Amino acid sequence: MDYFLTEEQQMIKDLARQVAEERLKPVRAEADEKAEFSWEVVKALREADLFGLYLPEEYGGLGGGVFELCLAVEELSRVCGGLSLSLAATALATFPILLFGTDEQKKKYLPAIATGEHLAAFALTEPEAGSDAGSTRTTAVADGEDFVINGRKCFITNGGVADVCTVIAMTDRSKGSRGASAFIVEKGMPGFSVGKDEDKMGIRASSTTELIFEDCRVPRANLLSREGMGFIVAMKTLDQSRPGVASQALGIAQGALEAAVEYARTRRQFGKPIASFQGLQWILADMATQVEAARALTYAVARMIDAGGKNISRPSAMTKLFASDMAVRVTTDAVQVLGGYGYMKEYPVEKMMRDAKITQIYEGTNQIQRDVIAAQLIKESASRRDK
Amino acid sequence: MNIIVCIKQVPDTTEVRINPETNTLVREGVASIINPFDLYALEEGVRLREARGGKVTVISMGPPQVEAALRETIALGADEAVLLCDRAFAGADTWATSYTLARAISRLEHFDLVICGKQAIDGDTAQVGPGIATLLDIPQAACVRKIIEISGEAIRLERMVEEGYEVLEGRLPMLITVVKDINQPRLPSLKGKLKAKKAEIPVWGADALEADPERLGLKGSATQVVRIFSPPARGGGELFTGEAAEAAAGLIAALRKAGVVSAGPGSSS
Amino acid sequence: MSLLIYAHKCVGCGKCLKACPFGALAMVNRLAVVDPDACTLCGACIETCPVGALALPERGTGEDDLSGYRGVWVVAEQKKGVIQGVTFELLGAGRELAVARGADLSAVLIGHSVAAAAGVLIERGADRVYLVDDPALGVYLDEPYSRIVARLIREYRPEIVLTGATAIGRALIPRVAVEVGTGLTADCTGLSIAPDTGLLLQTRPAFGGNIMATIICERHRPQMATVRHKVMKESSPEPGRRGETVKIALREGETESRTRVLEVVEDLTSTVNIAEADIIVSGGRGMKGPENFALLQELADILGGAVGASRSAVDAGWIPYSHQVGQTGKTVQPKVYFACGISGAIQHLVGMQSADTIVAVNKDPDAPIFSVADYGIVGDLFQVVPELIRQLKP
Repeated sequence: MDYFLTEEQQMIKDLARQVAEERLKPVRAEADEKAEFSWEVVKALREADLFGLYLPEEYGGLGGGVFELCLAVEELSRVCGGLSLSLAATALATFPILLFGTDEQKKKYLPAIATGEHLAAFALTEPEAGSDAGSTRTTAVADGEDFVINGRKCFITNGGVADVCTVIAMTDRSKGSRGASAFIVEKGMPGFSVGKDEDKMGIRASSTTELIFEDCRVPRANLLSREGMGFIVAMKTLDQSRPGVASQALGIAQGALEAAVEYARTRRQFGKPIASFQGLQWILADMATQVEAARALTYAVARMIDAGGKNISRPSAMTKLFASDMAVRVTTDAVQVLGGYGYMKEYPVEKMMRDAKITQIYEGTNQIQRDVIAAQLIKESASRRDK
Repeated sequence: MNIIVCIKQVPDTTEVRINPETNTLVREGVASIINPFDLYALEEGVRLREARGGKVTVISMGPPQVEAALRETIALGADEAVLLCDRAFAGADTWATSYTLARAISRLEHFDLVICGKQAIDGDTAQVGPGIATLLDIPQAACVRKIIEISGEAIRLERMVEEGYEVLEGRLPMLITVVKDINQPRLPSLKGKLKAKKAEIPVWGADALEADPERLGLKGSATQVVRIFSPPARGGGELFTGEAAEAAAGLIAALRKAGVVSAGPGSSS
Repeated sequence: MSLLIYAHKCVGCGKCLKACPFGALAMVNRLAVVDPDACTLCGACIETCPVGALALPERGTGEDDLSGYRGVWVVAEQKKGVIQGVTFELLGAGRELAVARGADLSAVLIGHSVAAAAGVLIERGADRVYLVDDPALGVYLDEPYSRIVARLIREYRPEIVLTGATAIGRALIPRVAVEVGTGLTADCTGLSIAPDTGLLLQTRPAFGGNIMATIICERHRPQMATVRHKVMKESSPEPGRRGETVKIALREGETESRTRVLEVVEDLTSTVNIAEADIIVSGGRGMKGPENFALLQELADILGGAVGASRSAVDAGWIPYSHQVGQTGKTVQPKVYFACGISGAIQHLVGMQSADTIVAVNKDPDAPIFSVADYGIVGDLFQVVPELIRQLKP
């Protein structure tokens, strides 16, 4: 389907595809098997100027928005949903600075992120606080000109490779959801270390670790927005970043769809290509329709965000929900279409199926997304009734 | 450093096929690409400029559509590009091509290094680089796999030979042709692509080169093609199927029987 | 500048359309028309026109009197005083050309302390050796060697000059051709004399080996060609054969060079020089990674051969370029060539299809390699190759 991309957007998409085909594809199987993060891929993304896509030109970025980021993440994920995360997860972590940072903070941190010299990680999740973000235990206690952070974050994407982390910690427990604050923590700050490296089902080429804060001292200048704004920062960030997860899911599904169609075309059984059997044609048709619907929704939401749309939480949640559920279905179908070969590591679809699953879980589980959508629906209905 | 890189736009010969019925080349849908060896040449030039400052100018002789390839080189880091395009250049063999490129180079400002790819994948002659060097009367080194050092006018490099490599010392200005071992070409960058879109690429014809018309194009060529035909076919042979062990055994038996591989374990090849 | 079509002669038969390898001709209203951007002025269509309606635009003029050029020359290649194999192959091919032209076969030998090698050249078929022996010429250098060869050509006026398409030859001979002002055809796979014109017919692959082209150098002399190692047949040694050695005196400044060889490093890891190997085990994209080439090395070691690679494997960085077989790599003519995980694209075939025996292992039964292989296994090379190793191990 033609989405009428501008010339520059088409350039971004084509270049991201070229990088994906020439630099990600040759290494994706090994990176997945060995669960190895690839600095070579980071270098290729840097050279292509992809890290700065969504950042303002004054800080060294390309001046694009969420949509441009989505185009790139989709193309990279089409080849590998794990290797694309060095970019996608950095973007997630950078949104807090972009949306809430002061000019000094932006000047200090954004240029190196725009060139890809620095990677970033967003640290919200904890062992006792996944969907229940309110149960955050990490604390940040004011002490003179600093805050002292204590606690543990877990399952943090890019945790082991980030130079900059945006961290959500409780500054005032008594205020409940208004008691959290957001901080920028740099690698190398005393008391900040990386813990366990997780062994995952999928996206194994990405770094997922614990982050440990033991009396980690962070200057007041690293507080984002104001004390108490932590969860707002997190929620607004996730509103912006969900289309990115949707794009990752979309890309993975696209790769799986293409692999399934090509296989069905060339695999012969009963004297014919299996693509000539209606049963398989219907499966492929349903897969393709689902992928396109997810794409249309994701692009529309991304464009809406960039155009300054209001009330983006619900559409943003919908696109993440729909695209990720779709990707899990489509990749599972792709394995089925490839049959026995689809189950074997020699073919890329089993990895795509394993990679797709996480998109239903992170950046807000799909159950939380449904909560968000339902809450908005009901609120809207109620306010209409009251007129 | 002022560096000049010569590139050629070629059909992607991995895609070119012969139609067995008509004995003609099937060129529909065959993309035009920058000659792969020239990408390595450009990358080396850009790396040298990044390390030492200066300018990389890319030149190419060809029809108007070659402009797209030259823009691509700017996206890959070249500073400027010039297209040599004129009906008079058509039909050139390597001698006329070397002459045309050499004239163009001598009209650019002073240069330190000319870098060419080892050969073009359509012609495969590897003649134009040395031809240019001879016409410009500058020293050359062919099949360079590494530039070790440049200090002042002295350049030290490694050049591939059959038994390994030679370490050669030369004096700039000089021409080198490069092989794939020399570097890994970068992918275009977005900033580069945007710059390329806006770039002005001058077109120089025969007049701009003040060239001797007898040395250009078909007129200036000494060789000509008189016949084109399909290469002789080599038939297929015996296939071994089944389990790996079984197929391997069958193959080995056949090879031994044909005397291709020595018979039985314990004997030397 | 494009093909000339004499409209008044054209009868619209369309024979020329079929002859054009570039699809540059079309029939419009029963008249042949040419697409000037597609036409490469190759001339393949000219002969097919029954009414002579086609012509190439005027070519440049070369020398008026070409009759003063006689003799077939081979520019010999020596390293440390040892004549390289390709030179004997050229003497073999050169002799046939010399016989056809009723002329002598000579060799040009440049080096230091190479007088004995001159004798070897005569034994191998040279009637005459032009010997240039000087301490400054011990190691090949572009400028002195090309200057001297060009001077000898201008002085002695050979009609045909052949050289090996080696690292040296490919750096040297294009310089000589430009200096002398004549045509050069690279990588010829066939050389013969046209019975009617007496011209040297130079046949070589083009477009990545997809087509073969026959080329002539009509109006310039000498006609120069390079030939790759292992393409032509060596001339046999005739011990005691007699010939003439002409010692050439150097002129002032002829050995000047702006480049200097500091050292020659023999790359022991990546030789056996695959161009010399009798058995080559090659890997392509199907090898999936650099570490898997160790498997091919093991098989090669058992067989006493060398490891080669397709362009895909080299471009992926799995193995150095010195192992690349194919159009942009080395041409090999081993006794046995194993192609493992190589699809058999024409660019690769061009480099190895002269092997005596080709064995292919590939999991794709439709891979083009099987259409040229003498023996093939359709299967997973990661199972087949270890089996071959196991069963071949002494």
